[in-house]
Amino acid sequence: MDKPHHWVPGIAERKRQLDAIGVSDPLELYRDVPSELILSEPPRVGYGRVLSEEELRRIALKLASRNRLYRTPPPFTGGGYCPHLVPSVVDYIVSRGEFLTAYTPYQPEINQGLLQALFEYQSLIADLVELEVVNSSLYDGSTAVAEAALMALRVTRRHRLVVASTLHPEYMAVLRTWLLGKNVELITVPMMEDTYTIDIDVLERLVNNETAAVIVPSPNFYGALELEMERIADIAHKHDSLLVHVFEPLSLGLVKPPGRLGADIAVAEGQPLGLGLNYGGPGLGIMAVRWDRRLLRQLPGRLIGMTRDVDGRHAFTMILQTREQHIRREKATSNITTNEALMAVRAAIFMALLGGSGLRRLARTIWLRSHYLAKRLAESLNAYSPLFTSPFFKEFTVRFNVDYEPVYKRLAAEGLLAGLPLRARYGLGSKGDAIFCVTELHSMKDIDMLVDKLASTLQD
Amino acid sequence: MPREWRQARWDEPLIHEIGSINSQGLAIPFADEDNILEKIVGAPEKQLGPLARGEELQLPGLPENVALRHFTRLTQMSYGVDTGPVPLGSCTMKYNPRISEELVATMSIQWLHPYQDEDTVQGLLEALWLLERWLAELTGMDRCSLQPPAGAAGELAGALMIRKYHIDRGDVERVEMLVPDSAHGTNPASAAMAGFRIVKIPTGSDGTMDLEALRAVLGKRTAGIMLTNPNTLGIFEDRILEVAELVHGTGGLLYYDGANLNGIMGIVRPGDMGFDVVHLNIHKTFAAPHGGGGPGAGVVCAKGELVDYLPRPLLERDSDRFYWDYSCERCIGRVRALYGNIVPLLKGFFYIAALGGKGLREAALQSVINTNYFVSLMKGVRGYELPYGPEKPRKHEVVLSALPLRRETGVTAGDVAKALLDRGLHAPTMYFPLIVEEALMIEFTETEPPSVIEEYAAALREIAEEAYRDPESVKGAPMNTAVKRVDDVYANHPRTVTPTYRVYRLRKEGKLS
Repeated sequence: MDKPHHWVPGIAERKRQLDAIGVSDPLELYRDVPSELILSEPPRVGYGRVLSEEELRRIALKLASRNRLYRTPPPFTGGGYCPHLVPSVVDYIVSRGEFLTAYTPYQPEINQGLLQALFEYQSLIADLVELEVVNSSLYDGSTAVAEAALMALRVTRRHRLVVASTLHPEYMAVLRTWLLGKNVELITVPMMEDTYTIDIDVLERLVNNETAAVIVPSPNFYGALELEMERIADIAHKHDSLLVHVFEPLSLGLVKPPGRLGADIAVAEGQPLGLGLNYGGPGLGIMAVRWDRRLLRQLPGRLIGMTRDVDGRHAFTMILQTREQHIRREKATSNITTNEALMAVRAAIFMALLGGSGLRRLARTIWLRSHYLAKRLAESLNAYSPLFTSPFFKEFTVRFNVDYEPVYKRLAAEGLLAGLPLRARYGLGSKGDAIFCVTELHSMKDIDMLVDKLASTLQD
Repeated sequence: MPREWRQARWDEPLIHEIGSINSQGLAIPFADEDNILEKIVGAPEKQLGPLARGEELQLPGLPENVALRHFTRLTQMSYGVDTGPVPLGSCTMKYNPRISEELVATMSIQWLHPYQDEDTVQGLLEALWLLERWLAELTGMDRCSLQPPAGAAGELAGALMIRKYHIDRGDVERVEMLVPDSAHGTNPASAAMAGFRIVKIPTGSDGTMDLEALRAVLGKRTAGIMLTNPNTLGIFEDRILEVAELVHGTGGLLYYDGANLNGIMGIVRPGDMGFDVVHLNIHKTFAAPHGGGGPGAGVVCAKGELVDYLPRPLLERDSDRFYWDYSCERCIGRVRALYGNIVPLLKGFFYIAALGGKGLREAALQSVINTNYFVSLMKGVRGYELPYGPEKPRKHEVVLSALPLRRETGVTAGDVAKALLDRGLHAPTMYFPLIVEEALMIEFTETEPPSVIEEYAAALREIAEEAYRDPESVKGAPMNTAVKRVDDVYANHPRTVTPTYRVYRLRKEGKLS
């Protein structure tokens, strides 16, 4: 090239730089590379030439035209990912370069603002779940479950995990992958046919003194809330194993938090907290643990703490770094370094905009609308809605007395994303099963429209 | 004259100190329908019974404009590449093109549901499919999985792939992963998570791996070796082909840590060096912003038989239609749910699209020119030295040692870092790699113009001069940042460690054991 490029400003002064270095050709700086390894031509990537901003915009517009947006109404598809509010203040703050283009705050004095925002994230989640310690993020809900499992294995020095079969199937798959290198016995607990919650009698038989952790979601993949979480906690604790509660953050506006139900570790996908759908990623892996030195020492991921500077002023910094890979190497509590910091900042802003009363209001709204849809599906369409007797929050499973996937596809073609076809997507349940999700973004009119469209499609 | 600089010092209180549970900064959509709905379905509290969270939620809220001000002030007490140079070695903090933010917004990624039918996200899938092809081409690999959400997750995937490959061949004794002593900390940590025992390989005096030491540990138990090349000293492992031959010769595999790809991108390919598995950091080499710690994207690539072991699903193309292929005969499964961190991946796509192969190659050349230009500026500057093969050209980064400065003045690399902050310049990576005492690991990337490199070199020289004149004044840095030097002992002491405001509050109330 040798022509200046606006992202590679040095090209214009290259000659001066090379003179100072004492070489005439930049490739002389590769003289220690075996010559047969040096590519004779630039790689064939991109569009064969340098593109301007305007050309990039055209590409983006063209690609965008081949994506379909389900925006009015937003998707009703459940299964762990639902559309939620993304306040414009959230989008604006995280687009500011001081946050967006910062590195991990290894130099605390010059990154106090970022550190404080992350400390606030940790603090807000701590009060939400009523557990004392929150790390400053993991990748997503699925890896948070895997990290919780690994942590429990370390804390208890045991090799057996008891996991609810009601966990999101992709979370289960991730857990199995992360455990590939470990000699661990993974046992699943079946669910009850009526409640769609785990069979606690079976659980009681499966948990023993070799069990590192009992991992239970509530609400679970099907939407059902565990009614007897405290009893599950007692069973785990009787054998000195840890209870890992996989929760949904907005539900805690209404439902008792993991910290009060006996959880030792609580993990979640933080996507509902102002992240957007992002076609599934980036997400936000939330992890909270109770105040216990053993747990604190084994916590994976970064942790921000409040301290003071030499003048005694409030200050924030990364703490307990001796747990981490850059110091502890193969003995680290996790290999994680890059996490989802900016997503955690999103969650902090989102929660700050809601406050306690606002979160309660939001959770009630979601509850009311999801229950309205459930009721209408049962009454107008004669569906088993919900399919279980347990309480639920925003997602619930429904059974239609027809093969549901063709219905889903027809509605999708008409611009409406209905409940997730459970059998088609994950090979679970029966052909008539669907997981619906209703949030604050769905108006009553949207819900009525969904029911009407489902009704007319089912009749065909 | 050094730059006169002051960072904002807002002394901004915590949300917990200024918020109240009844403050709310956003409206809930269609909230006026709630009364009607409640009449139809009943009150949630009643139905939840004992599961209901009875009392008020003790979470502080802020009015919209107050929240906006609070977080704007916090950004003003932060520092990124948009503020000034962040020459952290091995972090490749290059300029993050602003246009990519706009392009991701154009594509409305925030509104794409992960369960949408593939036919309704063909534009996105096409971009990701092209990205995969381009990354495979740049690394000399056959296929890539876009799933790992960060470099370390890519490493874990790669290490698990190597483990499963050996196990499937009945080679269950191969449990040792070789890692140079100069490696990134994530390498041994990832290998350990995958169940390997770590065998450390020392670095020779010329700054490359000690091949004798390598030969001595290779054997039937060797699963593979994890390398980054150029290594963390910025030096190219010139005997890499021999290393590959030795490791392959004993039945082991080669893993390439892509954190240091920037200086050779488009010039040398890991696949040609003999590597079997590679991970890339889209948020480093391919200009996606780091976001203060994430989200990143850590694509993992493989060639030959190892392709079978990549995490699934993989993107496939059937004439003009793109789709996810979930088939997994020998694959390791999934390293995270769904498909990957789409937003940074797309930014990587647009970055490669913008520069093309020629542009990427020029970027790599310029990053290496910048490193060596900086080395030339630092030559003979009192207080610093260039350990390991000082005559060798560096690639993406260089590691200086402030050992002479410490010996002669008591001022450490850590002090130098803080003094840089006082000049409005971000510090380099500190005390890494572990094989260099008082290490200052510096990577400017291709996006810093020569004038910034000159300013940085001048700052390092001035700080050293000040250290020889008045060491205490350097040790007093930083003075111009939002806070002065933070108290790490207080931060980490069991009696004062405060990971959340909840801990602070409970401790004050005497309720913390």
